[in-house]
Amino acid sequence: MKVAIFPPNSMILADMIERKGHEPLVVQKQMQKKVTSPDLDAPPFNMTEQDPINGLKYAAIEVPSGVRGRMSLFGPIIEEAEAAIIMMEAPYGFGCVGCARSNELTTFSLRKRKIPVLELDYPTSRDQTVEMVYKINTFLDNLNQDINKEE
Amino acid sequence: MVKIAQLSCGTEYSGIQKEIEKAAETFNAEIVIPDVNLDDIDEAYERFGLSCASSSLKLMIARAMSLVDGKNEADAVFICTCFRCAEGAIARNEVRRLIQDNTNLPVVTYSFTEKTKASELFIRMEALTTVVARKSILAREKQEGLTLGIDSGSTTTKVALMENDKIIGTGWVPTGDVIGCANDGIKQALENTEYKLDDIEGIGTTGYGRMTIGKAMGAQLVQEELSVNSKGAVYLANSQKGEATVLDIGGMDNKVITVNNGIPDNFTMGGICAGASGKFLDMTSKNLGVDITELGGLAQGGNYRNATLNSYCIVFGIQDLVTSRAAGAKKADIASAACYSVAEQVYEQQLQEIDVREPLIQVGGTSLIAGLVDAVENILGGINVIVPEYSQYIGAVGSALLVSGIRNFDEKDIKKYH
Repeated sequence: MKVAIFPPNSMILADMIERKGHEPLVVQKQMQKKVTSPDLDAPPFNMTEQDPINGLKYAAIEVPSGVRGRMSLFGPIIEEAEAAIIMMEAPYGFGCVGCARSNELTTFSLRKRKIPVLELDYPTSRDQTVEMVYKINTFLDNLNQDINKEE
Repeated sequence: MVKIAQLSCGTEYSGIQKEIEKAAETFNAEIVIPDVNLDDIDEAYERFGLSCASSSLKLMIARAMSLVDGKNEADAVFICTCFRCAEGAIARNEVRRLIQDNTNLPVVTYSFTEKTKASELFIRMEALTTVVARKSILAREKQEGLTLGIDSGSTTTKVALMENDKIIGTGWVPTGDVIGCANDGIKQALENTEYKLDDIEGIGTTGYGRMTIGKAMGAQLVQEELSVNSKGAVYLANSQKGEATVLDIGGMDNKVITVNNGIPDNFTMGGICAGASGKFLDMTSKNLGVDITELGGLAQGGNYRNATLNSYCIVFGIQDLVTSRAAGAKKADIASAACYSVAEQVYEQQLQEIDVREPLIQVGGTSLIAGLVDAVENILGGINVIVPEYSQYIGAVGSALLVSGIRNFDEKDIKKYH
């Protein structure tokens, strides 16, 4: 299954999803398409004026350009997702897109999709960490069962 | 090369980072991003005291703190966040204050959209680099020799001819063809003097058309209007020493500049909402069927409370005006309301962003609209507002003054002032 993650660039979440045989939908893949495009020259991300305009599909014109630019990357991921894991209150090193408004819109859009969503708070102790890993693995295993049932 | 530290949120995702760098490069400056450790971010923003939800704003605060703490070096600071982001606007202003209170670095702030192009940032980058690299020119207090200043504004082209610290001729032409208008303005300025264009020892240009005119006329000084106007304002208002604030409500954008001993140390420019510009007053006068020169006097005889005219957009503003007229409001009340509306918006959008220092020198064509000057004075709680003689020629006078300092330079040195 294609599993979206939040923060959308969390390598730890992406790795856990991959280990359970699912496909993590990460923003790095979207970004890779942009930075390897030979036609564009707008470092650091090769975002251009057109990207925030593309973001209008996900956020209205009165929403700041930075949010719309981010949504032009996250929007297709959200649309593609068949399940999602949302980690709230994560520190910068875990994954971060820099903008609280983008965070709100991304998590809201994932919830709105009516797909299986696991929501967690970032663990602050060892016990909580163990519990978090257990919850994620169970969630991913259940997704496997859903696939098997469908088959 | 001048190092400009960028403190920002959202520039990469808005697709404008390259435009910022391009604008800086145009004026021989380099954008640098202050380095901070991931671990230092929380400590920095907690010390600063503003808890932003967006982590990029936290990073912006940490970068600002690193400049204040001397961990990173820069000659000037450019602070920008997305237009319409409330949290970004709060952080932007507080970071600006932090830098100004704790360093001597010139600061420019800006709120951008995805449409922001390098050319829109030119004036800010140029002013920043001027303050850093051309301090000696800005220190000039007296005009010497025979020099000419041309201010090619969005609405009018102004020309001032100066000789040994005196204005001896002026020109005022509505802007159309940039070069043609400059020539007409020069003709007006030379009229009634014994001089010809060839006699002039130095030409300085400013305003939107400064580069085109500067090139065509072989001007020695081509300078953005922020430094030129502030210099011209303190010169004409005889406030060259100490602090002052220069307010120029222009036809297309507004400038508020704080000045210390004649050198600008902070400024804000508005330009997104024409409802707060001279253009709105121009349209109001046309709609009322009076000449723009009569609008100020008319406004002084009216009461702004009797007409509702407080839109933030020129289109809605004119709609308000039409509605007020239909509701039977008097022309004088509408003129007063229009002046008050512009003054109020300039206050809300710009004067609040800057620590207004007395005296406030109001300049530009709109400073001749007495009702607008009264409204600014009222809104600022009775602050001392000076409108100096020749206030409408401020950019031209500033150019003529500044170019007199380099009129005898050879061609190679002159190139540095383009």
